[in-house]
Amino acid sequence: MEKISGSQAIIRCLQEEGIKTIFGFPGGAVIDLFDALMDSDITNVLVRHEQGAVHAADGLARVTGEVGVALLTSGPGATNGVTAIATAYMDSIPLVILTGQVPTPLIGNDAFQEVDIVGITRPCTKHNYLVKDAKDLVATLREAFHIARTGRPGPVLVDLPKDVVAKMVDFPEKKPIRMQNYQPTYEPHPGQIEKACKKILKAKNPVLYVGGGVILSNANEELTELARKLNIPVTMTLMGLGGFPGSDPLSMGMLGMHGSYTANMAVAHSDLLIAVGARFDDRVTGRLDAFAPHATIIHIDIDPTSISKNVKVDIPIVADCKHALTAMNAWFNTSSDFNREQVAASHEPWLETIGEWTKKHPMCYLDEGDIIKPQYVIEKLDELTHGDAIITTEVGQNQMWAAQFYKFNKPRQWATSGGLGTMGYGLPAAIGAKMAFPEKTVIDVAGDGSIQMNIQELATANQYKCPVKVAILNNNYLGMVRQWQELFYNKRYAGTVMEVTPDFVMLAQAYGAVGLRATKKSEVEAVIKEALATDNTVIMDFVIAREECVFPMVPAGKATTEMLLV
Amino acid sequence: MKHTISVLLQNKPGVLSRVTGLFSGRGFNIESLSVAETLEPSISCLTLVTRGDEAIIEQITKQLHKLIDVIKVTDISDSEYVEREMVLIRVKAEAQTRAEVLRVIDIFRGKVVDVSPKSYAVEVTGSASKVQAIIDILRPIGIQEIVRTGTIAMARASKK
Repeated sequence: MEKISGSQAIIRCLQEEGIKTIFGFPGGAVIDLFDALMDSDITNVLVRHEQGAVHAADGLARVTGEVGVALLTSGPGATNGVTAIATAYMDSIPLVILTGQVPTPLIGNDAFQEVDIVGITRPCTKHNYLVKDAKDLVATLREAFHIARTGRPGPVLVDLPKDVVAKMVDFPEKKPIRMQNYQPTYEPHPGQIEKACKKILKAKNPVLYVGGGVILSNANEELTELARKLNIPVTMTLMGLGGFPGSDPLSMGMLGMHGSYTANMAVAHSDLLIAVGARFDDRVTGRLDAFAPHATIIHIDIDPTSISKNVKVDIPIVADCKHALTAMNAWFNTSSDFNREQVAASHEPWLETIGEWTKKHPMCYLDEGDIIKPQYVIEKLDELTHGDAIITTEVGQNQMWAAQFYKFNKPRQWATSGGLGTMGYGLPAAIGAKMAFPEKTVIDVAGDGSIQMNIQELATANQYKCPVKVAILNNNYLGMVRQWQELFYNKRYAGTVMEVTPDFVMLAQAYGAVGLRATKKSEVEAVIKEALATDNTVIMDFVIAREECVFPMVPAGKATTEMLLV
Repeated sequence: MKHTISVLLQNKPGVLSRVTGLFSGRGFNIESLSVAETLEPSISCLTLVTRGDEAIIEQITKQLHKLIDVIKVTDISDSEYVEREMVLIRVKAEAQTRAEVLRVIDIFRGKVVDVSPKSYAVEVTGSASKVQAIIDILRPIGIQEIVRTGTIAMARASKK
């Protein structure tokens, strides 16, 4: 067999997986890999900080459904990636992160730029490897991709000592991967499906509670079919947005801490909660004993540990969401117990109650003359992009307003750090998304605080002609923490006042991007239009109502029915 | 409730720290842990004793199973099983107590594995409670050092 170098073999593995773009930052331990990359058709996007590399790979993975790849050097290169790896882990995003490592004879010697990155990332990766023997290289890379994308997806890190990638290795043909100890369950148990479907037929007040699992398993069509077939209202988690069309009459929008009044009331009054690819996170449930207190709970998830972790489940279904929903649709289509008109009609009183809740407290905000309300900016972005843009966010108020006021009608047009809540996610993620879909409009909804966490990636966007748009909702505060301080800490704004904020218009220009600013409501539309028409990266600096709060809000530890409203 | 869980895992570097990291990271407790190779040298068997209500034990077994290097997880205490632990005890044995110590060791079917003019080193095997019992008995005489292996356990074979 023809021998090739370890680094060539790694590049061949990436090509085998269909990888076109990776995100990386070089260093001594990975020079060989970067050298081999030059001879391949894979584009390396040179980021300006390793956190940006992994977030960009994550953004690409979320919008395409493919595995994202980042290549970092040893030591600080690897540790700089950790926050972004943890971000992907919490949201179950498939990534393969390649890190350089010092040569094997030096491992454990506190060598220059040595760090035990396998030890550090053990709790925040789905799995990780240190390849000590060159003959394991190819098999390990293939296994890493397999683990990252199958089951409940997640980041997998492969640590590559410099001497290992320099050795000559065989490149055997790829065979289907079978792992004795890793076999995720895709197919649901037919008995459980039948039990669940019969329960659904008996329910008077059912609610579908949809999480990121529906997006990850590409089950949005199956879910939409089920909801419409049975006339069941749907609420989505932050990660589940786009899993069901946001403008469908059955959509109640997001639930939880900043969810809609309707969604939280519906869950609290439901007699059957059908959780699909969701994990009963504390930001969704609020006080646990008051969450869906009258409901029987059906829970579909591919990860058995998610089931009955926080809330006791009555009918567990361990399966891929797409497979399980397909099986449920098939059951209803063939069951003689199911009469579509009759079931749809039986839910009408429930849908009327839900409609009354929406009428009483719709998702809204107070207009204040020519002051820019952040919610208005999001509504305008939605309108002027026809609800069709890819939206990424930073974390905090900007993220919640984007989630509340942009109508996500399709999956994979929304990338946000849900589980970890990582400020600095949005800009690099937008770059990753735009690299995957150059023809689409990609907008990072940001705050003036979080945009500064990875602002350096403006240079990356410019270098790769990757014209993302950044909408900064600028209130000169770390707004979400300030909101908590206003509501629960007697307005003591400790550490949340951004006394010095850069001039974002000039900053954009310094990076070769375009900077636009709106200080009045009447200017918002023109700024967005100009940004969308500009074939360059644009920062839109919206100077917003300074002390605007995100409502509804369920205070931490309260029941989700105890909402603070506009 | 005390549970004894047996875990088969790949015998590779770092696997044990995946298990212990899982316990510390999720706030589960480990009362004892013992691990060694099985007949198949590439596979290790780990026995751990933990405490928790039904929901916690369910999470522990599921989370263990989720680790890629874990092959099989069995809550042995779900059925009939035998458990053993070994302890080495160095106990003070001077002229006036030497005979008494030997009697105690005999009652517990222990063995003296090292002798010095002023002490015996004793080996005792049994359930965790038996091991605790001999420690309690010998303590007033003067235990100088003890080393316990932690529990290992095996499900009983079907009687049919």
